[in-house]
Amino acid sequence: MKEIWIITKRELQAYFDSLMAYILLILFLGFSGFFTWIYGSDIFFVKQANLQVFFNIAYWTLFFFIPALTMRLLSEENRSGTIELLLTKPISEWQVIVAKFLAALLLIVAALLLTLPYYITVSSLGNIDNGAVFSGYLALILVSGMYIAIGLFTSSVTNNQIVTYLLALSIGIFFQIIFQMLSTNLTGILGGITDYLSINSHFDSMTRGVIDSRDLVYFFSVMLLGLVFSESMLMKKRSV
Amino acid sequence: MDIVIENMTKTYGRQKAVDNISLQVKTGEVLGFLGPNGAGKTTTMKAITSFLIPDSGKIFIGNISVNDNPQEAKKNIGYLPENNPLYEDMPVIDYLQFCAGIEGVAKDKINDKVRKVIQTCGITREKHKKISELSKGYKQRVGLAQALIHDPEVLILDEPTTGLDPNQIVEIRELIKKIGKEKTVILSSHILAEVEATCDRIMIINKGKIVADGTAEELRGQAQGSEMLKVTIEDGSLDDIFKGLQLLNTVELVDFADKSTQTFQVKSKPGQSSRREVFKLCVEKGWTLTQLTFVETRLEDIFRELTLEN
Repeated sequence: MKEIWIITKRELQAYFDSLMAYILLILFLGFSGFFTWIYGSDIFFVKQANLQVFFNIAYWTLFFFIPALTMRLLSEENRSGTIELLLTKPISEWQVIVAKFLAALLLIVAALLLTLPYYITVSSLGNIDNGAVFSGYLALILVSGMYIAIGLFTSSVTNNQIVTYLLALSIGIFFQIIFQMLSTNLTGILGGITDYLSINSHFDSMTRGVIDSRDLVYFFSVMLLGLVFSESMLMKKRSV
Repeated sequence: MDIVIENMTKTYGRQKAVDNISLQVKTGEVLGFLGPNGAGKTTTMKAITSFLIPDSGKIFIGNISVNDNPQEAKKNIGYLPENNPLYEDMPVIDYLQFCAGIEGVAKDKINDKVRKVIQTCGITREKHKKISELSKGYKQRVGLAQALIHDPEVLILDEPTTGLDPNQIVEIRELIKKIGKEKTVILSSHILAEVEATCDRIMIINKGKIVADGTAEELRGQAQGSEMLKVTIEDGSLDDIFKGLQLLNTVELVDFADKSTQTFQVKSKPGQSSRREVFKLCVEKGWTLTQLTFVETRLEDIFRELTLEN
């Protein structure tokens, strides 16, 4: 556990040293702030004191930003050979994967914490549903975790960061859009499966304040799959 | 801690990188892996550090099996990989602290260890610089510092002196020798002089197989069939001396080494020595013998002989 935290700290340090963290925080706050408060069907049109609008915008912003955050994580280690350095220390592949996952997740959590003024503002405008806000934030963190796990996996597949980014985006787009589109056109079992695979149904209910174990199982299993696949990619490189 | 490898084989595709190697290195021994590029040196080292999983065979560090308990085995190993990969965006001191941390050095001892290793490797003035700003030689020292940080019992160094200037090479060699007195060290190189200078034992690997194993002297002895002498004789005509030497009955072959100084190379018949005969000849003819030296078979020759095709 101690080793995981040491690697996580190093990864976070690397995010801040490379300016990646600052760029992400500024862009994320800029985008979500702009579309939540100023432009389009913003938060004032809802005529209700809730953060639904913000959650939906953050949901899309994170979809594009997270692959940029994760594309470096393993591909850079593989490219420069530092992975050999890490894996010949007394730590396991799983610890490396979890540490990197945590680093990206912590950065996202920090970005989300910085949007707390939104909550404070809206709550002073009217009677806000605190439960829904809490489960909405939880949903954002879970979606982020899912995309980080996917990004980590694509990062373990290739040494090219651009390919990693695009690959993560194209896997992500299935969960984000394609499964949902399929589920509206399909019926029966296939419709049910694609509906369950789409993030939307899980995310929407959570932002409305419903925390269902089915949704949690969904998010955690995708995360776990991503991490396990990344680990096996690392292992595979050693026995080739 | 001893390192023991039993019948290790590793193939990449159809090519056998390491072919059924067995070896043992004892505590306090510095073993040099020597071999041409692609001989299997790096593969063997990666397998010892458990970074590569061999197809078959067993590796032990002390009594710990690398195959069954890699985490425990890795604790005892300090490893400097080939090409010395480092986190270039980190300052030296942060990097070493990070390494000490994941090696499991206790928190209150980290600063001490880092300070010590910075001193040993001579990077005191560079410790606050970013690694990417360092020259290759200093990067190599950081790599070495990283391998030494947790006082490992076993050191695996893959080409430790590449990129260093002659002074640094000597320093690093001294360092390795010093460390090697108490620890088990394996280092690889294709520079023969280096292996000869630092290692107690030399192992020549070619095409995944061990082709020679022993001290530098032993290897020379093996390769040296007949005695070679370098002889300089003055106060006589070149031709007379040449003929005189040629006629000695212990001599097989005489060659001009340098005509201007009248130096000859004399090869004796197998198992015989011509030193006394050469001296007697000079006394008899009234020539002056100004040089009579052994020509040692150089390690280079042994190496070439063993690793060249056919």
